[in-house]
Amino acid sequence: MLLELDNVTVAYGRIEALHGISLTVGEGEIVALIGANGAGKSTTMRAISGLRPVGKGKIRFDGDDITKMRADLRVVRGVSQSPEGRGIFPGMTVRENLEMGAYTRKLRSEIDEDLQRAFDLFPRLKERERQAGGTLSGGEQQMLAVGRALMSRPKLLLLDEPSMGLAPMLIQQIFDIIVEINQQGTTVLLVEQNAQQALSRAHRAYVLETGRIVKEGTGTDLLTDPAVKDAYLGVA
Amino acid sequence: MNFEFLGDNFMSLTVTGLTQGAIYALVALGYTLVYGVLRLINFAHSEVFMIGTFVTTIVWAGLGFGVGASAPGTFGVLGLIALAIVAAGAASGGTALIVERVAYRPLRKRNAPSLIFLISAIGASVALFELVGAITDRQPRGMPSLVQPKVQFTIFGADITNLQIGIILSALAMLAGLDIFINRTRLGRGVRAVAQNPDVAALMGVNKDRVIMLIFVLGGMMAGAASVLYDIKVGLTTYSVGFLIGIKAFTAAVLGGIGNLRGALLGGLLLGVVENYGAGVFGNEWMDVVAFVMLVVVLLFRPTGLLGESLGRARA
Ligand SMILES: Nc1ncnc2c1ncn2[C@@H]1O[C@H](COP(=O)(O)OP(=O)(O)OP(=O)(O)O)[C@@H](O)[C@H]1O
Ligand SMILES: [Mg+2]
Repeated sequence: MLLELDNVTVAYGRIEALHGISLTVGEGEIVALIGANGAGKSTTMRAISGLRPVGKGKIRFDGDDITKMRADLRVVRGVSQSPEGRGIFPGMTVRENLEMGAYTRKLRSEIDEDLQRAFDLFPRLKERERQAGGTLSGGEQQMLAVGRALMSRPKLLLLDEPSMGLAPMLIQQIFDIIVEINQQGTTVLLVEQNAQQALSRAHRAYVLETGRIVKEGTGTDLLTDPAVKDAYLGVA
Repeated sequence: MNFEFLGDNFMSLTVTGLTQGAIYALVALGYTLVYGVLRLINFAHSEVFMIGTFVTTIVWAGLGFGVGASAPGTFGVLGLIALAIVAAGAASGGTALIVERVAYRPLRKRNAPSLIFLISAIGASVALFELVGAITDRQPRGMPSLVQPKVQFTIFGADITNLQIGIILSALAMLAGLDIFINRTRLGRGVRAVAQNPDVAALMGVNKDRVIMLIFVLGGMMAGAASVLYDIKVGLTTYSVGFLIGIKAFTAAVLGGIGNLRGALLGGLLLGVVENYGAGVFGNEWMDVVAFVMLVVVLLFRPTGLLGESLGRARA
């Protein structure tokens, strides 16, 4: 297993947001995490990337216990996150934002290669290379956030609602790109409101409800699960 | 009021003001860097500057250039100045780092509210101030006049001395170096990332604690360099020297837009010049009044200072 969460709890102050969740992500997989607002999806992502301390439980990544590891060191180990709300550096240009994604890397030639790849994936970013990140449209910022997360050449890519704020056509496109990135060898853990898309593209998925995992299965299983259909797919 | 005096001495008041302002600007950088990244006013920064003024005299005295010593040749003087900048830069940078470690980091790890940081900052400032006061018996410390002001040229009736040129140019050079470091290097980009969004910076692999140490050291080094220029200019220091310079430099930082490096330069120079004009018109005792009235007026019209904040969230 590339990533393993074992009974992980996370609290904000006295309020526990995750009540002991366990999940795994295998190498090469796309795993989706779906759930209603406030279920704890983003909290799970933050625990994995190290932005939120874990109360009880363990997180293992690539064979090592990273439960207590600093967030910046997890990047070096191969975890990369495109955060909820995109987290673009407003005062940096598009190019500088992308360069920030490669902050932990040294080899200039490789970084340039990856810049090129990001621009190939998102030609729009190339057109806006010198524009300040804060002045991009919401959709452009989303592309930049995903492109930037790829710049560290992660083993595991954490995407928190990559389709948020995108036009329907672009949603298709961003999911296509996620699949493409995955086929090029990056493992993906994906949080989505757009359960329909997420489940149809993911190999496996988990359903999170108020801080607990209540269901898991292959993407297709969950797509046809009546309870999931009812709650998350907006079909009666 | 004496506008005639201002008119007659306009150029020379300007140059004197720029010289003083260059020193304000260098000290202002420390406030602005720390504020830009941590939203914290490091009140102890004035004492970081003060430490530099003493280390400079100690280094010179240690090399045989105590009070009353005659200055060596040009190269000797330049060597002494360079050495003092290195030593004072290291001492001030080191002091700033210690302040960060002792007064701020423990609070940060406990997520203390910002009022607590403020109290800790004042505490650190008073501690350093009293410590040096006790060590020096609250006596001023003199030093040799290494640079005899010599008129190099005259523009519009104002005599410009080698000392003034030297101070202004070295301050500009250090500011330019810092600006390039912050805006053009990878580490500098890390600093800006933490200023703009610390959580996301961590997601990019930036070690926040390292960045914070870096900005304290950089700000301290600039204050150290400023302290050498100050010593050369004034020829005397005392444990309370940081107080007024600190307030002026902080004012300069706010005036230019705190968190903005170029704002610190602009604010420093402007403050130096305007307070000199003020002294020319109203008399020396009104100098500080004029300086703070200007601050209030500017903030009334531009609450974020002249250039706004750039290290942090605001514009590019
Ligand atoms: N910084 C915070 N301080 C306090 N409580 C928080 C904080 N962040 C999240 N929470 C709480 O933790 C719970 C889980 O939030 P989380 O952001 O993980 O939900 P989510 O599943 O990502 O929701 P959404 O789909 O709306 O993004 C919520 O009840 C939320 O109110
Ligand atoms: Mg969320």
